[in-house]
Amino acid sequence: MRLYRLLLHLYPASFRNEYAGEMSGVFARRLRDTSAMGLPALWIGVFFEILWNALAVHADVLRQDLRYTARALRRTPGFAATAVLVVALGIGANTAAFSLADQVLLRPLPFPHSDQLVKLWQAVPGYTQMELSPANYRDWKAMSHSFAALGAYNSNAANLVGQGEPERIDITTVDSDVLPMLEVRPLLGRIFSAADDREGANGTVLLSYGLWQRRFGGDPEILGRQLLLNDERYTVIGVMPRTFYFPQRDTQLWATLRLKADNYGDRNDNWLDAVGRLRSGVTLAQASSEMAVVTAQLERQFPVEDEKTRATLYPLHDDVSKQSRLLLYALVGAAICVLLIACTNLANLLLVRALVREKELAVRTAIGAGRERLIRQLTTESLVLALAGGALGVLAAGLTVPLLARLIPNSLPVEQASAFDWRVLLFAGALTALTGVVFGVAPAWRVCRKADLTALREGARAGSGKKEFLRSSLVVAEVMASVVLLVSTGLLLRALWKLQGVDPGFRTEGVLTLRTALPAPKYDSTSLRANFYNRVLGGIRQLPGVTGAAYISALPMVWGGGIWPVEVGEHVVQRNAAHTASMRFITPGFFAAMHIPLRGGRDVEDGDTLDRPLAAVVSQSFAERYWPHQDPLGRHFKMAFQDHTIVGVVGDIRVRGMESTSEPQVYFPYRQVQDGWFQYYAPKDLVVRAEGSSAALLPQINRIVRAADAEQPVSNVRTLADIVEQNTASRAVEVRVLGAFAAIAFLLAAVGIHGVLAFAVSTRAREIGVRMALGAQRGAIVRMVLQRGALLAMAGVVPGVALAWYAGKTMEALLAGVKPYDAATFLAATGLCLTMTLLGCLLPAWRAARVDPMTAMRVE
Amino acid sequence: MHEHPASLLPLPSATFHILMALASEDRHGYAIIQDIEQRTDGALRLSAGTLYRSIQRMLEQGLLVETSDRPAPELDDERRRYYRITAFGAKVARAEANRLSELVRMARASGFAPGRA
Repeated sequence: MRLYRLLLHLYPASFRNEYAGEMSGVFARRLRDTSAMGLPALWIGVFFEILWNALAVHADVLRQDLRYTARALRRTPGFAATAVLVVALGIGANTAAFSLADQVLLRPLPFPHSDQLVKLWQAVPGYTQMELSPANYRDWKAMSHSFAALGAYNSNAANLVGQGEPERIDITTVDSDVLPMLEVRPLLGRIFSAADDREGANGTVLLSYGLWQRRFGGDPEILGRQLLLNDERYTVIGVMPRTFYFPQRDTQLWATLRLKADNYGDRNDNWLDAVGRLRSGVTLAQASSEMAVVTAQLERQFPVEDEKTRATLYPLHDDVSKQSRLLLYALVGAAICVLLIACTNLANLLLVRALVREKELAVRTAIGAGRERLIRQLTTESLVLALAGGALGVLAAGLTVPLLARLIPNSLPVEQASAFDWRVLLFAGALTALTGVVFGVAPAWRVCRKADLTALREGARAGSGKKEFLRSSLVVAEVMASVVLLVSTGLLLRALWKLQGVDPGFRTEGVLTLRTALPAPKYDSTSLRANFYNRVLGGIRQLPGVTGAAYISALPMVWGGGIWPVEVGEHVVQRNAAHTASMRFITPGFFAAMHIPLRGGRDVEDGDTLDRPLAAVVSQSFAERYWPHQDPLGRHFKMAFQDHTIVGVVGDIRVRGMESTSEPQVYFPYRQVQDGWFQYYAPKDLVVRAEGSSAALLPQINRIVRAADAEQPVSNVRTLADIVEQNTASRAVEVRVLGAFAAIAFLLAAVGIHGVLAFAVSTRAREIGVRMALGAQRGAIVRMVLQRGALLAMAGVVPGVALAWYAGKTMEALLAGVKPYDAATFLAATGLCLTMTLLGCLLPAWRAARVDPMTAMRVE
Repeated sequence: MHEHPASLLPLPSATFHILMALASEDRHGYAIIQDIEQRTDGALRLSAGTLYRSIQRMLEQGLLVETSDRPAPELDDERRRYYRITAFGAKVARAEANRLSELVRMARASGFAPGRA
């Protein structure tokens, strides 16, 4: 019998209180009528019967509550709409932020046991992330024991010819260890074997799914097909799965590295990316300390080339710049702020509503509804509101995803399509339920605790002092959170403006850029390349409106590499940031086309050929570093194994983008590249400056290139302005999102303040009436309300400012030099908050002033 | 406040049986179970849960009321509650019976049930 009573607890308390006695009675009779043999069957039957009926009763109650909720909400559509909207904003912001953070920060990489995968870099003072030289890679691999496998790769681009238009595609050359280490299986064919990776082996390639579909129509007979890549013949041996991306999203094709013996000659020729899989049981720290020993050993062996050279290791998953990570944290933090504000608002709304309904609830208690029933009813109501808001929020988040997907860094081997899957939905659902329950049950509980007959007393005042304190604290929290958000957004906005205002060192208006990367070995000869450049540039300069055209190895902000140590006089080669410069080869007219000012000497010339002394044009900062306050013209320095003479000085440009400091620049003439040397640095990026729309020239430029070499693809067509804008684009998107969050938070806080004050005024109408009857001036009443508003605002602003300062400190690295205690930002944010509070007070104050003492007192 | 009888149709079978059990006299829960069991020759034996869940809903729908009239004290058990069918409840039961006989008439017409259409 006791067991039966226990089972009855599965029913809702209201039902149990009503019928438990009766049901026990019925069951007792049945028990009496059943023989000992029938007992087990009876109990089993009873167990399932209770389970089923309890569920059914719960469903009945739910249906009833829902009906009641629908009726109650229909009576107060304004309240319902506000609550749903408030929740939608909070959930929407968080769902969006979470889908992004999940993709970038939380989700493991799409490889088996991806937590064992690490990225290895070479580090010297000043540079913590340098590629490895083949020699160092070989030695690290041979000398270390922490890794189950080590692999090297190099991302590059190549001209793909054959079947359709010639095309420039992103490729990655890998050694035969990389793909097995990632534990991927090809969709078709096989992956590379050691034999494919040997020096002199025939070229073999694996196609990405995308390339296979796009260029070869998903041809199932693709295996064995021959392709021309940079004029070399390759055989297709496989196709990779659709979701395989490595090392980056853009890679369309993989070939083998096939390192040659002479690749190992120069220990400072750093161009290999290295990835490793830790042996099981080996931690990252253990591997790092082993690599410290290995590199120290190598430094002893090669004291010059490997001077101060160490290894840095970190999880492959963290191969996202610290900046994108910080920006994401900021975004998530902001979203949480928005949710908190939304939740406090919701709690406030529900609390006020519950207080207003105090009498209704008391009546229901009086006619026999249990407290459990009331709480359940109120919780259902808040859950319905939360669910409606959550659904709306998820919908809104879904709409913003295309915008947010741009914030997923390219460098991750994951799909850019934002993952709007069950994880995100689950997260949103959990958040919604939590919001509904926590912020719905709390007010319900508070109200029901005193929902007894006292509320029925005529003239009982809604909202005791204690509850007003609770609601006031909620508003204070809202103000605080919006100050933090406003300040953070303000700081990031200032940083963005500052970066966008940075002078890149060149003018972007009217400049079109594109790439014609000349393949080796076809263009190994310098004179062949020069011929191509001159035909193309000659043709383009004839076009109407064109005021300048030139070639360079790589455009600024597109490629930050090509950094070489510089030797001047008795300076010893030191590979650290104080002694390096970026090296580019250019055709004459580059500075003019880019509007980079020539400060002294001359531009490179067609006459700078290999039989003349090697000429160099250097940037101002280069000249000042080695010859401060002296004339740099005619001076010599050694770089890239050769001696160069300075013939000209130009202004500095931002090679590495608006945010990072750039090394000084050195430009060499395009005809002074030795045959077969520096293939990588051969000019390939074309800049064309024109009056009017340079983009309109593209068809003619294409024709000119085609005429110079019909197999030469044109790629990467962009305006220079786009390139510069792209440099700050993700930051701009980020600021826009944060700004939207801050605006939402700001509005919500304003609504919250208004709500609290309006309610306070309406419940204190009688008191105000009495005061006025006793002779208080309307001005004094208004002042009283405003004072209260100002007090609330100040109580929120003061801790808000402190928190905002802390938040600013945390993201200082993102601020591009804007100080985290930037006074203007703080003043603007707090000013906005105070204004908002005062605006929120105005309407209630006006109402308070219009209270008619007679009516207010007669109501009671 | 009653809904239209037709809006409650078709009745769940437990509900209809309870209404029938209460047609002639007020009964308490266990008596309802027994009455239904006898009438159906033991084919239908409501569990306590099903009974009181139905009763709760029927009270809300206004098909039943709990009655304060008690039988003679010597027959009464303090704990028991007695239920009485309301006029609305009788109306709903009649509507359900009509619905069912209409159904049977149609079944006869199509030859599924014995007797003349």
